Amino acid sequence: MSCDCCKKEKALEKLMRLEPEKTSQLVAFIDSLPLGQDVDVNRGHLIETLHKAQGIFGYLPQEVQQVISERLKITRSEIYGVISFYSYFTDKPIGRHKISVCCGTACFVKGSMRIVDEFKKQLNVQEGETTADLKFFLNVLRCVGACSLAPVVMVDDQVYGKVTPEMVSEILAKYRD
Amino acid sequence: MTLKTPSELNALKASLVQAVSDKVKILVSLGTCGLAAGGSKVLDAITAALEESDCAEKYEAVPVGCMGLCYCEPTIELRDGSGKAIIYGNVEPSQIPAILEAGLTSAAEGATVVERTWYYPEDENNKNKALQAKIALRNTGRINPERIEDYIIRDGYQALAKVLTTMKPDDVSQTVLDSMLRGRGGAGFPTGKKWQFAAAQPKGQKYMICNADEGDPGAFMDRAVLEGDPHSVLEAMTIGGYATGADTGIIYIRAEYPLAITRLRIAIDQARKMGFLGKDIFGSGFNFDIELKYGAGAFVCGEETALIHSVEGKRGEPTVKPPFPAVQGLWKQPTIVNNVETYANIPVIIRKGAAWFKTIGTAGSPGTKVFALAGKINRVGLVEVPMGTTLRDIVFKLGGGISKDRNFKAVQIGGPSGGCIAAKNLDTPIDYDTLKAIGAMMGSGGIIVMDEDDCMVDIARFFLEFTCDESCGKCTPCRIGNRRLYEMLTNICHGKGTPQTLVELRSLALVIKDTALCGLGQTSPNPVLSTLTNFMNEYEAHVNERRCPAGACARLIRFTINEKCIGCGVCAKNCPENAITGVTKKRHVIDQNKCIKCGICFQKCKFQAIDKQ
Repeated sequence: MSCDCCKKEKALEKLMRLEPEKTSQLVAFIDSLPLGQDVDVNRGHLIETLHKAQGIFGYLPQEVQQVISERLKITRSEIYGVISFYSYFTDKPIGRHKISVCCGTACFVKGSMRIVDEFKKQLNVQEGETTADLKFFLNVLRCVGACSLAPVVMVDDQVYGKVTPEMVSEILAKYRD
Repeated sequence: MTLKTPSELNALKASLVQAVSDKVKILVSLGTCGLAAGGSKVLDAITAALEESDCAEKYEAVPVGCMGLCYCEPTIELRDGSGKAIIYGNVEPSQIPAILEAGLTSAAEGATVVERTWYYPEDENNKNKALQAKIALRNTGRINPERIEDYIIRDGYQALAKVLTTMKPDDVSQTVLDSMLRGRGGAGFPTGKKWQFAAAQPKGQKYMICNADEGDPGAFMDRAVLEGDPHSVLEAMTIGGYATGADTGIIYIRAEYPLAITRLRIAIDQARKMGFLGKDIFGSGFNFDIELKYGAGAFVCGEETALIHSVEGKRGEPTVKPPFPAVQGLWKQPTIVNNVETYANIPVIIRKGAAWFKTIGTAGSPGTKVFALAGKINRVGLVEVPMGTTLRDIVFKLGGGISKDRNFKAVQIGGPSGGCIAAKNLDTPIDYDTLKAIGAMMGSGGIIVMDEDDCMVDIARFFLEFTCDESCGKCTPCRIGNRRLYEMLTNICHGKGTPQTLVELRSLALVIKDTALCGLGQTSPNPVLSTLTNFMNEYEAHVNERRCPAGACARLIRFTINEKCIGCGVCAKNCPENAITGVTKKRHVIDQNKCIKCGICFQKCKFQAIDKQ
């Protein structure tokens, strides 16, 4: 049995080499947490760390998970379990523009499924997928709480209300360079 | 400045009240939907107009949370100290000069005045007509949520001062129990009883958690409270901490609510600076502080044991109760989990007393409930009504009836755990118990109105799809049972169901209800069971006649061209599949094999020549 020391160095080193700025941001954040030897205490900070990491990197690649695992002393498998459980976290890179079609009940009864179908057709992707040119990520979510504007589509932080299938190409055009 | 005694708080309040200007306030609704509709541009226009003209002496702009009039955002309200008010909806920045010019004397020309007969119980001439009674939303849309002073003026932190300086912890729990306040997050468990359980546990580390993981699609009342009146939640959690012996509060909030998070952070900072949070609050020796924890998009985390696991950094899977969280919760310590709206009621109950609270609402469920109205209704928005109000009043008076003059079919209440209520129950006074009796559930209070174009089988299928997505997978009835329910409903919608499918559907739904581990699983068949009870005729039409009466199930509808066709060719030109053929000025035909039932021809035809069956 060999020790883990060299492996540990590798994950952080590799990430440092690939994304020096982002990695130091993440490491600085983790170092600011009141972590200890008690895994239970560290676990209490796992979800906020993942939020932070996804905010920095855009997604949670294996290397990032490995670094978090080492710093928080939580196993990779457990971290992966948490990432796969919550829909907010993703371990795959997502497109530059995130299109979220609301399929909450209010939007559903106002025909949001037709909007989803239209996006799928025009972008040639399924829900939860990114287009080949990495420009758009299509996502379906449950209620953004803007039910008066149903059906609602969010592109990044911009909310579009009362969307019709005809408006889909107009919306996409704004984000195609 | 740290306040050490109630009299210091009173003095501060008095000086703040003195300093209130006699200017007319222009309240600008800036909740999430107000901002999405362009509310900040309206605020900018008002600020600019006030700077440019001499109006600055007359008016004062106040950004507030959601006013509940979501259907006509951006909304602004002009209000003076005497209660005289005009509300404008769908405001354009260009209308601002005219609105300022008109003031409170008359409605500005060209602007839309919001009719408010049923609203605003505090208005003198609405007293008898107003259907609303505001407790949880008392400050939402009324105060600037980012100024603690606005909260203090409206009796903020008075309840905390009263509790810490004049009441024993047990008296606090007893008052809440006496008020018969029931959990507003769904199941309606008596809040006071929960608090007593936790208080009865041995001294030591205990926690107060605020469940702000509002996940029901179509429910946004908790967001409105957090965005519009964050201090009321902080105050109530501190009161609860004192009653149960907890010194740590945690607000578990959805990451999808960035505005609420920002406003909570501001509020927590302000409360700490004033000494309402922290050590030795009001000189009582009681310590309490609050931190935020973020959810990450899992509906099941609204269940209290799942929520606690999520706070602990684990997968949000529920565990069997007992032990109840009040006995063994976060980090195995006694933990109270209450919902945002429940907390928002607490300061008022403490201030005005349990007896007062019981004068509102019904005997079994006193107080009010906030409902989020959405769907096919004219006035989408938030309303707060006394328990026992009928659905008819909510939908037709407050909600302004069904949009596009269609006919009412059903309301879905309580989200994926709730049920569909048919027209025959419109006059039932609703509270926790009556809703249960008619097969629905209060849930968090989302009301989605449906009209004759909505297929109830399709709606049940929609909710089951949601449950399948959100089931955590821990227990078999929920993970696999709901998947099977979903498949059966899909078959029915596709015309592949048989009468036997309906029998199996009901029996499996009942099994899941009885055997699932947590609240999510046990209530997940409700949309199926309630539609089976109330809309059996629609299910039967699907399985016996292969027909969708609402015309919503695409595979069961058929478009045909009738004799009214004049052969203009518009339908053929617009058909994406070239399924329509015919000679100009002669009746066209639809090739049923090519038709994808998109309905474009039906929409485009100006001669009602296309039948939808």
